[in-house]
Amino acid sequence: MKEVKTFSTCQLTALIALRFLIGWHLLYEGFSKLLIPNWSSFGFLQESKWILAGFARYVMEHEGMLRVVDFLNTWGLIAIGLGLIFGLFARLASYTGAALLFLYYANNPPFIGLEYSVPSEGNYLIVSKTLIESAALIVLALIPTSNIFGLDMFVERYKKQKNRIKE
Amino acid sequence: MTSDNNEIKKSDQINDSDDRKTVKRRTVLKALAGLPVLGLFAYKLAEKKKYDTDKKNKVLEELGLKDFDAPVLMKNGGPKGELLRVGIIGYGARASTHANALGYIHPDDVEKRKANNTLEDFLFQEDLNVALAGICDVFDLHAERGLATARSTVRAGGAKDPGVPVRRYKTYQEMLEDKNIDAVMIATPDHHHAPITAAAARAGKHVYCEKSLALGEEELNDAYNAVKESGIVFQLGHQITQSVVFKQAREIIRKDILGKITLIETTTNRNSADGAWIRHLDADGNPKPGDENTIDWLQWLGHTPYVPFSVNRFYNWQKFFAYETGLIGQLFTHEFDAVNQLLKIGIPSYVTSSGGIYYWKDDREMPDTLHCVFEYPNRDLTLMYSATLASGRSRGRVFMGRDASMELGNSINIIAESESERYKKHIEAGLIDPSGPMISFNPTSGKIDAVTSATEKYYAARGLTTTTINGRNVDITYLHIKEWIDCIRSGSAPSANMDMAFDESIACIMAHRSYLEHRRMEWDPAGKKIV
Repeated sequence: MKEVKTFSTCQLTALIALRFLIGWHLLYEGFSKLLIPNWSSFGFLQESKWILAGFARYVMEHEGMLRVVDFLNTWGLIAIGLGLIFGLFARLASYTGAALLFLYYANNPPFIGLEYSVPSEGNYLIVSKTLIESAALIVLALIPTSNIFGLDMFVERYKKQKNRIKE
Repeated sequence: MTSDNNEIKKSDQINDSDDRKTVKRRTVLKALAGLPVLGLFAYKLAEKKKYDTDKKNKVLEELGLKDFDAPVLMKNGGPKGELLRVGIIGYGARASTHANALGYIHPDDVEKRKANNTLEDFLFQEDLNVALAGICDVFDLHAERGLATARSTVRAGGAKDPGVPVRRYKTYQEMLEDKNIDAVMIATPDHHHAPITAAAARAGKHVYCEKSLALGEEELNDAYNAVKESGIVFQLGHQITQSVVFKQAREIIRKDILGKITLIETTTNRNSADGAWIRHLDADGNPKPGDENTIDWLQWLGHTPYVPFSVNRFYNWQKFFAYETGLIGQLFTHEFDAVNQLLKIGIPSYVTSSGGIYYWKDDREMPDTLHCVFEYPNRDLTLMYSATLASGRSRGRVFMGRDASMELGNSINIIAESESERYKKHIEAGLIDPSGPMISFNPTSGKIDAVTSATEKYYAARGLTTTTINGRNVDITYLHIKEWIDCIRSGSAPSANMDMAFDESIACIMAHRSYLEHRRMEWDPAGKKIV
């Protein structure tokens, strides 16, 4: 029943480094929103094209909704960042992070014909760094390292203990 | 290479037999691997924050702008002073805004504002303790709308019914004779502004008059003298200077951030039929309502030459010289007021205008493209106005100085001159980057900000940072009208008072005459007349 996971040191180092790097990035994205006075996702939503444009407009038109989105964005990013760095509930953090990043991507994907008033910091065609980061998080969710290098090790031990008591 | 292998079972000892034992220290350390990363993050975050704050403060400090006041939204303070009974003369589109500012709203507009989520902004307005007591319009339909607005029970600031029934007056003279009216707001076509202002002042009514005040020197002097002699409170209908951004611009001018200003460029960029004053058709292309049975056409014409009634002339009066000075009267007046409020430039020594009807080849007399140059040799300054009705391309309002230029619109962006001696050391030290704004002010962020990052610079330069969603939207016309009402109660002079209105009107009349007479107009300060 037990699955044995074997990584080479190089593999493990690379995976953990990737986890730390993405964690760091998302954590800072979250904090920077917290630190900018009156930060709001309004500007970002204004640029929304493609399938989520309607939803973005709805959020912009409802101040309460905008506040909720702003709050979830900021604190969601911080929580995901911390989860990845600490390796705590890292699988959940990876999946939600991937979903959140995909949401960003889906709001302004670099598709042919979709034009934005703000230039991107790179050159993209369909694939952007946001999409790649989202995909990288899926990889991290599927190949977890947090039970070796991360607080999830304790979580796993705790779960096992609980199961044994039940048995 | 077994040593290279990391097997959970082997190296971490997490198996059933070991579970009860204490986890080995090495394993615990591994589990806490994120801690040093987070420590480093926290350290770097603090360092970044300190760097940004220091840089921002240093720029603001050097410029003497550190103690800028953040804009304060007024609180609803409840009714103040005695009830003021206001009459509106000319109840067209503009008058609805006036009524809103007074705290009144038409039931249809309540629904509209509910739909676009701006009703709250209206309701939040202070109760100015005003009764909308009189409506005067030559058109029954418009007058009815005014009456319905005055009778509506939805009021801003939780105002109660003042107990003054609204009355319709068939002529403005009737309204001015009525002792139950304390003040009037004039929102008629422009050819009535000066005569009604003069008559209202002589009747002892306070006046709020839409721009522009006068079409000629004679009627301007008459209105000026009437207001001065009567001591009433007069306010010209400009609102730009009431914006928070403008108050900051004033501070920037006061602190001489721009150095010697030699040129100011103002513009109008409109590219729609409505913007070109073609307004006599409804959404379906049918003529808007109104005929000689419902409109008192002779009263509408006033002192202007008789022409037969036409819906075109009634709705599109801005196209004709008899009633208006077009781009100058409708739009440049705001620009002039903005500049004059900031720099107190007064009446120009010389004005030259040129332009023509280049795009809207209809029955208009008014040019659709116009350029005016206002010269102030005593101030070493030129004010330029360039207007087009066939391109919406945004050209800002720019104050050009030796050390920096300021673009002033919904936000302020100040860009340092790379040749500036004043900012030389800041530019060399990397504190100021002349390729982007060095200061930007965006009303929604609530404070002045030295721009620090590339993205912020980009957004600021394009004005994309402007959003009104976080702060409450306050109608600047409301603030301007509130200032007028406050001044009536306190006896002080409002910002767009008769002296300011006089300077502006002379500048506008000079520009208009220069276009008509194809020559440079000159102001004779001794004789107080245009030559």
